[in-house]
Amino acid sequence: MSNQDLQTPPAGDTTQPVLSVRGLTTSFLVDGSWRPVVNNLSFDVMPGETLAIVGESGSGKSVTSLSIMRLLQKGSSRIEGEIRLGGRDLLALPDGEMRHVRGRGMAMVFQEPMTSLNPIFTIGEQLVEALTCHGEMGAEAARKEALRLMDKVRIPNARARFDEYPHQFSGGMRQRVMIAMALAAKPDLLIADEPTTALDVTIQGQILDLIKTLQAEEGMSVLFITHDMGVVAEIADRVVVMYRGEAVESGPTQDIFYDGKHPYTRALLSAVPRLGSMKEQALPKRFPVVDIATGKSTEPATVAGTVVRSSRPVLEVRNLVTRFRTRGGLLRRSEGAVHAVENVSFELFQGETLALVGESGCGKSTTGRSITRLVEPDRGKVMVDGVDMRSLGKRALRQTRRNIQMIFQDPFASLNPRMTVGAAIAEPFLEHRLGTRAEARDKVADLLQRVGLSPDVMGRYPHEFSGGQRQRICIARALTLDPKIIVADESVSALDVSIKAQVCNLLMDLQESLRLSYLFISHDMAVVERISHRVAVMHLGEIVEIGPRAAVFENPQHPYTRKLMAAVPVPDPSRRFISRSAEADELKSPVHPAGYEPPERIYREVGDGHFVQVE
Amino acid sequence: MRDFLKRYSSSSLAMVGLAIVLVAVFAAAFGPWLVPFDPNTQDILQRLKPPLWRGTDGMHLLGTDALGRDIFSRIIVGARVSILVGVSAVVISSIVGVTFGLIAGYEDKYAGRVLMMLTDIQLAIPFMVLALAVAAVVGPSLWNIIAILGLTNWVQYARVVRAECLVLREREFVQAAHMMGISTPHILTRHLLPNVMSSVIVISSLLVAKMIIFESSLSFLGLGVPPATPTWGTMIAEGRNYIGNAWWVATIPGVAIFVTVMGTNLVGDRLRDLLDPRLRQVES
Repeated sequence: MSNQDLQTPPAGDTTQPVLSVRGLTTSFLVDGSWRPVVNNLSFDVMPGETLAIVGESGSGKSVTSLSIMRLLQKGSSRIEGEIRLGGRDLLALPDGEMRHVRGRGMAMVFQEPMTSLNPIFTIGEQLVEALTCHGEMGAEAARKEALRLMDKVRIPNARARFDEYPHQFSGGMRQRVMIAMALAAKPDLLIADEPTTALDVTIQGQILDLIKTLQAEEGMSVLFITHDMGVVAEIADRVVVMYRGEAVESGPTQDIFYDGKHPYTRALLSAVPRLGSMKEQALPKRFPVVDIATGKSTEPATVAGTVVRSSRPVLEVRNLVTRFRTRGGLLRRSEGAVHAVENVSFELFQGETLALVGESGCGKSTTGRSITRLVEPDRGKVMVDGVDMRSLGKRALRQTRRNIQMIFQDPFASLNPRMTVGAAIAEPFLEHRLGTRAEARDKVADLLQRVGLSPDVMGRYPHEFSGGQRQRICIARALTLDPKIIVADESVSALDVSIKAQVCNLLMDLQESLRLSYLFISHDMAVVERISHRVAVMHLGEIVEIGPRAAVFENPQHPYTRKLMAAVPVPDPSRRFISRSAEADELKSPVHPAGYEPPERIYREVGDGHFVQVE
Repeated sequence: MRDFLKRYSSSSLAMVGLAIVLVAVFAAAFGPWLVPFDPNTQDILQRLKPPLWRGTDGMHLLGTDALGRDIFSRIIVGARVSILVGVSAVVISSIVGVTFGLIAGYEDKYAGRVLMMLTDIQLAIPFMVLALAVAAVVGPSLWNIIAILGLTNWVQYARVVRAECLVLREREFVQAAHMMGISTPHILTRHLLPNVMSSVIVISSLLVAKMIIFESSLSFLGLGVPPATPTWGTMIAEGRNYIGNAWWVATIPGVAIFVTVMGTNLVGDRLRDLLDPRLRQVES
């Protein structure tokens, strides 16, 4: 790529860049030799500008931000090149001065709002500490300033929440606190490393708008690191695309989106699920796969009619209720309950994919777990292939669970690190005495091939695989018992976009060949749009809208469904200047006092099989 | 494994510990064939001879005790009791503790609560009082000592393993095993046990040292192994009356205990550094 277009500021503008990076090469010491993770990277961030660095995991984008902050461990890492912040060479600064640059010259917001705050201090104390640590502000002044900052990041009712602890704040609110802390010393440059990745879509939209608003108010520059092209389109003026430690392409956001040259940029863009790309299509459709070397794309195929509606549904859920009692006080009396799943009913037919969508805490995962009885539901009926799951004893439950298997979210946590892949996949087969060890081996080899892996990998351990490969292994394991239904609980959420597309395609392939039914639990509306036949939207433990995918997406009736659709970032840079609103609202709580019974809900049918809760 | 040895040997202190442990194990295994004198032969003419470096008489490397027995030979043979008791007691307590911990951590409804109550009761009883009472009732013998030590020191295993299981149980691979109908005993042995093994190894290596001290203490009090077998604890007890004019009789076994305990502790510390995943991250 040419570094030229990056380095020249817009014509006629002679202002100095806030941050200027030249030939940055960061290497890590691996087994005694230096391995570069970021290779010869150069870019500028101009005053008031937002530059996005986009890439998938392992592309070196986070290492870049840590190199700029000089937060990498000394001894095991080496930074070469030149990093200038407002003309000062950061790599030449002694540690003491660098500490002053962090915070004042530039500040950073991290991905995990849950772990970046200290749980034993109040929000106020932590903000005050951030303000007084450079030693210029008194305690009283710092308190006032902290309150002002909390107002600034639009935390509602700041004065009352000043003395609350981090656990009393939601994820979005904590991220606002982190941003307030970053703003404390009025930095010239804000580095945001995946600040919205861990948040729900509606909250993500709010945080992005907040960053945009604050940037306009404070006139600071933002270096935004993300893997999400939708987010890039919303926020960035210019983009650097990174792939395996190198910048493969860079330029104004518009150009990258409409006229991306590098095959990898095109692959990345085509893998991004686009909401609304499935208009007028009734059946699920695979993602296009782009060859990273050539940039050529395959024409995605529709999943042929797999749904069998004539016979009885393979899964039938009636009035399912799951509550978690909260206890408190000296006698540990039941004080209230989290109404995680409230009166949920639906059915799933053979070969069909029903998506359960909603934001975190809406009860979609608990629904999946209640159906499989990983969590014991309180009330309701769950019929799996005609068998009532809730009436089963321990032994019968083990048998019936063969029909319904689960794939979890985190491919790193869902495989036993001390068990070879082959043993993990064969385990259920042998446990249920379905055949001899030799038969188990053949079965494992066959399953590995089905999920696109070589049977030779049987003897390896999980840590030798990438996230996408591990998820394939988990899928293979779930298929060992030849289930009819697979509950996929956020199964593709933790994966990179291109891997996500491949795994989704794999799930659709398997549906076609094995006539599987999926209960696809996800918060990712764009993936849901491609993969599902029907969609159920959950909010506060209840299904507020359910119906054929096309109907729900093209004609959303419930206000919550509409809000959810509107919040999804769209990879379209022309929408960048449309601001939603930086004002915060939090999700309502599904916690009710003991003995509370929700009012009976009425659903009205707005179309063929399309039901909406009446408010 | 090779990589592991390489990383282990990068700490010289840990290598010293390993050397001490190997010497002690060697002495325990082959002691009776190595010693220059029979450890139980008394020689009144040679009583309370000082060690060689202070001595006039060049026969006894570390001197002799009040009955004229060779201290060097008794130290070597005494290593056998110390190591045997230390290792066997640790094996017993780890089996008991790990079993309790796994069950209590995985099934924390009834069985788990009862087991944890047992651990709390165990923790509340002072070890020495219990050991004295039991030893007084069943009488002193090598196997009784091992049983007493083994059955009174499993609490640490139970607590640590339970805590780890409570975390592991929520991990998705355990839930997945549950979903696939894997039976509880298999979940415990195949999925949970291998993942707590590194903690168990670390606790064991540190506990061996503690057991050696406990055994010596019991022997010192006369509740240990019967007098015919030399042990470091009884040697100290016998030497304590002569501490004024023949300090070496009690001091040398004391040094033996100190060095052995330090050696196993050094090994244990290094193993903890290498095996504890939290510390491993810091190191790499």
